[in-house]
Amino acid sequence: MSETKGYLDMELLRFTTAGSVDDGKSTLIGRLLYDSKAIFEDQMELLEETSKQRGEEGVNLALLTDGLRSEREQGITIDVAYRYFATPKRKFIIADTPGHIQYTRNMVTGASTANLALLLVDARHGVIEQTKRHAFIASLLQIPHIAVCINKMDLVDHSQEAFEKIKADFESFASKLEIKDVHFIPISALNGDNVVDRSENMDWYEGSTLMHLLENIHIGSDQNHVDCRFPVQYVVRPQSAEYPDYRGYAGRIEGGVFKPGDEVTVLPSGFTSKIKAIDTFDGEVEQAFSPMSVCMTLEDDIDISRGDMLVRENNKPTVEQDIDIMICWMNEKKMIPRGKYTIRHTSQTARCIIKEVKYKMDINTLHRNEADREIGLNDIGRITIRTTKPLFFDSYRRNRNTGSIILVDEATNETVAAGMII
Amino acid sequence: MSSYNLTHLKELESEAIFILREVAAQFEKPVMLFSGGKDSIIMFHLARKAFHPGKIPFPLMHVDTGHNFPETIEFRDRLMEETGETLIVKYVQDSIDKGTAVEETGVNASRNGLQTVTLLEGLEEGKYDCAMGGARRDEEKARAKERFFSHRDEFGQWDPKNQRPELWNLFNGKKKMGEHFRIFPISNWTEMDVWQYILHEKIELPSLYFSHKREVVNRDGVLLGKCDYIQLKNSEQWEEKTVRCRTIGDMTCTGVAESDAGTLEEIIEEVATTRVTERGGRADDKRSEAAMEDRKKEGYF
Repeated sequence: MSETKGYLDMELLRFTTAGSVDDGKSTLIGRLLYDSKAIFEDQMELLEETSKQRGEEGVNLALLTDGLRSEREQGITIDVAYRYFATPKRKFIIADTPGHIQYTRNMVTGASTANLALLLVDARHGVIEQTKRHAFIASLLQIPHIAVCINKMDLVDHSQEAFEKIKADFESFASKLEIKDVHFIPISALNGDNVVDRSENMDWYEGSTLMHLLENIHIGSDQNHVDCRFPVQYVVRPQSAEYPDYRGYAGRIEGGVFKPGDEVTVLPSGFTSKIKAIDTFDGEVEQAFSPMSVCMTLEDDIDISRGDMLVRENNKPTVEQDIDIMICWMNEKKMIPRGKYTIRHTSQTARCIIKEVKYKMDINTLHRNEADREIGLNDIGRITIRTTKPLFFDSYRRNRNTGSIILVDEATNETVAAGMII
Repeated sequence: MSSYNLTHLKELESEAIFILREVAAQFEKPVMLFSGGKDSIIMFHLARKAFHPGKIPFPLMHVDTGHNFPETIEFRDRLMEETGETLIVKYVQDSIDKGTAVEETGVNASRNGLQTVTLLEGLEEGKYDCAMGGARRDEEKARAKERFFSHRDEFGQWDPKNQRPELWNLFNGKKKMGEHFRIFPISNWTEMDVWQYILHEKIELPSLYFSHKREVVNRDGVLLGKCDYIQLKNSEQWEEKTVRCRTIGDMTCTGVAESDAGTLEEIIEEVATTRVTERGGRADDKRSEAAMEDRKKEGYF
C-alpha cells in the first residue's frame, strides 16, 4: 500500500533525446525502460523475434520505438516517438527524436514541451556537429535543464581525461548559447555504468547517475509563477435550472498565481474586475497556477470570449501587431516572402503577413546568414510578422507558454512553422 | 515538492481537460467515442470535469458489435441515466444487415474489424467533424507516434508519414470540408496512470475488471470468456478459472487474465509487477506486427 501512496505523490518530468543509432541512444533508452520495468515480456519477445527475422544479433531496441512499418523497413526513425516509464519518484515522458539535420523539425517538436534535454556524446568522437545542433536546439527552445551523457566510456578505458576534454569542449561551445543548467555524466549504456547504478569503473566521478539526476533535478521553477496570464479557452454557460446565470471562463493558467479576490484586467478590452471564484469539478480552489486547468468567475458581468486574456493591471504582456520571431520551418513548401498565414498563439487565432526575413541561422556554426533569406524545410531564421489584430505575448525566454506560436498554411491547413517570440 | 507543483496525475488531468476544451472550442460537431471500457470511462469523467458546472457539450457514441459482455452494457446504461448525459449507440449488426460490412467466418471470427465500417457510417450520418477516443500511446507502438489531434482524410484514413507537427499546447484543428479529426486526450497516460487515477478519483468501473469466476477457453495463449459467439474447436473445452479483464472489448477477441485481484489496490499491485502488456491479451493485435497501423490507416481509431 505504501507503494500505491508513493505513486500518488509523483511528479512528471518530460525529457527529449535526439541522436542516431550509432551513439547508443536506443541502448540507453532501452536500459532506462527495461530497468524500470516499462518494457514488457511480450514486447521483448516480439523484439527478439523481429530482430532474428531481420538477421540481427541480439535485440534491436530501436524496433521498440520505431513503430511505423516504413521506419522498421528502412531502419530509421522518422517521427517523434513518445515513451513512458516511471520510478517510485517520478513519471517520465520521453520524446525520442531522430538526430539528423533533416529532422530538425522533429527535434524542435520534441523539445517544445521538455523540461530536460538528454544529449549523447560518443566518448571516442567527442563533441561533433550533431551534438552542437542538439545543444543549439535545446537553447533555442529554452529547455531548462541539459544532461550531457558521455557514452561508451568503456571504449576509452573509462578515462577521466577523455571525459574532462569533452566537457571542456562542450562548455566552450555552449558559452555562445543560452544554456542555464548543464550536467555532465560519464556513462556506458551497454554495461549500465552510471545509468541507474554507480559505476565501479569510474571512481573519479563524484556526480550523480543519470537516473538519480532525472529523479531529483528541481523542476518546480520550470514554470513561470510570476507573470499572471490566463488566456480564456472556452466560456462555460450551463443555462440550467441549477446554474441559471453562471458564466465561467475556462482555461489553463499559463503564468503566475491567481487567487479569489485578485483584481484582474481583461485584454483586449482593458476592463477590470475581481476574481469571484476559481472553480473545478472538485470544488473551489484557493489558488491556481500553471499548468492547472480551471474555470474562473468574475464579480462583474463583462463581455469576455475565447482569445481574451486575464492579467494583472501592473504586469501586462506586450500588446502588439508587429512581432519579431525565431522560426523553425516545418513544411516541404518553402516560406513565401510577404506570404499570409494563420497564426495560433495561446487561445488566439489571427492572420499574419511575413514582413521581413532578417537572417537564416546555420545551426551547425551558429552563423547568421543575411545573404540567404530563403526559409525552407528544417531552416531556422529570424523574421518579422504583422498580425491582423494585436496579440498579448511575452518573450519566449520569459514564458514558453505565452511566447510560442505556430503558423498554419491557409491552403493546406498544415502546421508549417513553429515560432519563438523574441 | 514545492507548493506550486502538481502531481503527475493532476498534470495529466489538466492536460486532458485542456484538450477537451480545445475540441469544444475548435470543432463544430464533436463526438466522444465510448466503449464502456476503463479508458472511455475516464474520458467521460474528464469531460464532466472540463465543462463543469455545465453539461458536456457533445454526445457520446458507442459502436456496439453486439458481442459485448452484458456487464458492460448494464454499466453503460446506468452511468448515462445517473449523469443525464447523451449517448448514441450504433450497431455493427445494422451495417451487416445493410451489406456495408461482411461478417467474418471461421472459428476466429470477430466483429472487431467491422467496427470501423459502423464507426465511419455513424460519423458520416451525424456529420461529426471530430471523434474523441481514449487511446493511449503506451498501448501499442503505432500509437506511440500518433498526435493528440490526428487528421483524417475524407475516407477516415490516417497517413502516418504526413502528420502535422504538434508543438507546445498549440493544437491545429483546421480542416477541409468532409475531413475530420480523431482526438486522443489521454495520449500521455499509461495503464498505471489510469488505474491510479481511478483509485484517486474513486471512479466506479464495470465488475469485469475485478477478479471473478468465469468459464474460459485457452486459444493460442489467449483466454476467451464463454459466450454464444465463440465456437470451440475439436480439441478445446470450457474450464472455470478465476479471471479479470485488463481491457474490455468484443468478447470474441478480448482475452481475460487469470487474476485474484479483487480491489483497485490489488489491481495496481498486479499492474506494477506484471510483465505482459495489456494488449497482449488482444487477439486482434496478434494478427501481424503492423496490425494496429494497418487498421488505423483504414479508419480504426
